[in-house]
Amino acid sequence: MSEKRMAKTANEAIAEAMRQINPDVVAAYPITPATEIVQIFSQFVADGKVTTEFVPVESEHSAMSAVVGASLAGARAMTATSSQGLALMWEILYIASALRLPVIMPMVNRALSAPINIHCDHSDSMGARDSGWIQLYSESVQETYDNVIQAVRIAERSLLPVMVTTDGFILSHCLELLTPLLDKEAKDFIGEYRPKNFLLDTEHPFTVGALDLQDYYFEHKRQEAEAMIESKKIILKIGEEFERKFGRRYEFFEDYKVIDSEVATVVIGSAAGTTKVVVDQLREEKIKAGLLKLRVFRPFPAEELKELLKNVKVIAVLDRADSLNAVSGPLFSEIRNALYDLEERPKIVNYIYGLGGRDIGLKEIHSIYEDLEEINRTGKIKSLLTYLGVRE
Amino acid sequence: MGEKIKKKLGWKELPLADFLEAGSSLNFETGDWRSQQPVWDEKKCKHCLFCWIYCPDSSIMVKDKKMTGIDYRYCKGCGICAAECPFKAIEMRRVGRGDLIAKQNKEERKR
Repeated sequence: MSEKRMAKTANEAIAEAMRQINPDVVAAYPITPATEIVQIFSQFVADGKVTTEFVPVESEHSAMSAVVGASLAGARAMTATSSQGLALMWEILYIASALRLPVIMPMVNRALSAPINIHCDHSDSMGARDSGWIQLYSESVQETYDNVIQAVRIAERSLLPVMVTTDGFILSHCLELLTPLLDKEAKDFIGEYRPKNFLLDTEHPFTVGALDLQDYYFEHKRQEAEAMIESKKIILKIGEEFERKFGRRYEFFEDYKVIDSEVATVVIGSAAGTTKVVVDQLREEKIKAGLLKLRVFRPFPAEELKELLKNVKVIAVLDRADSLNAVSGPLFSEIRNALYDLEERPKIVNYIYGLGGRDIGLKEIHSIYEDLEEINRTGKIKSLLTYLGVRE
Repeated sequence: MGEKIKKKLGWKELPLADFLEAGSSLNFETGDWRSQQPVWDEKKCKHCLFCWIYCPDSSIMVKDKKMTGIDYRYCKGCGICAAECPFKAIEMRRVGRGDLIAKQNKEERKR
């Protein structure tokens, strides 16, 4: 295992992972804050450090289309994007997943327009949550890198596309310590891609995307649903192998002192790092605080979450996206749904925070735990949904 | 070559993701909803094979470089062959009940 540590931004770390993956095809269009990923990668192409066919397409719709075509032809194919770029890929996202193509896409989380904004929130990837893509979220630069490496295996084993997200600017442009795998380690871990059906296999021609009406479409969607269920085992297995080889543990989520906690938060992405500091401070004050950091949002590990959260008294779910559904954010809906079958359910509240890159610090997170303790004391929920840090 | 499927398959038996074996359209007879049918006059035909080149459904039957007829199992009655034929050897006729060609169609299916 490599001990070489270096300072890298998440964008640099993703490009580094892509260099080691050496995909057959990368098709991409630049967008802030993901531009650097393919900018750095295209330099690797120009310098002959990878053998990738790089396709500088005219839009993200074309990027995803080219990647779908390349993947069908039998190539290991990647792209990267953010926000509006993901939005423009929309219709092809569903085609990639329904054709069961193991496309790998780093996705830098950024707010959606309007108003135009380039900073982090999760509304882009959360909007794509039902597109049949596996979604891995990352707390740090290291996790982003490790997730991209694992995504290749997860995608090719489950035959589903995988989106690896990282927080725009907070991770994509900030230096953190990264311990990358050695090139050989990465290559050995990823292995060679051997697709079962591919269009360049002229001995076995087949038709793709034929009309599929009332009598068969439903069955094909059921197959896709099954693939998502099966992918849960695959994600865990590959996480275990990664830990065995490289010492870093990856599961559906990280249990940060949740197991014996009374008040806990559920957080996705970089805000989990700040929350850990708060949990440690509260623990010093003998307050039983915990944090569940979700890594895998699709497939959604409902059963496993239920098991871990069942003994917590009060839970706050932090959403960095709003569903604009007059109820709550998307993560809250899913977590509350997962807890419904419990005989004795924890009390649960929702905080929508950090939209458009609004900063969240120790003070704001402390205020959430204070609210949770009050609910724990009084048994009363004053507000199911709070927009944290918004001016009244 | 795709086998003709006898019953509708469940999701566990279906090929993955709507990937279909090549040639399966041979088993899907698309010629039964025409409103017009091309009728070939063998005497006028010079076997130039313009109809064969133009037919979008590969429904012109050819043997030893000579036209031998129209495959009504797949012909959708678009009329391109009749329009392109330089010798007016193909004529479009409306499909009626008890039509001679409809009968021919049935016989084709039996074969």
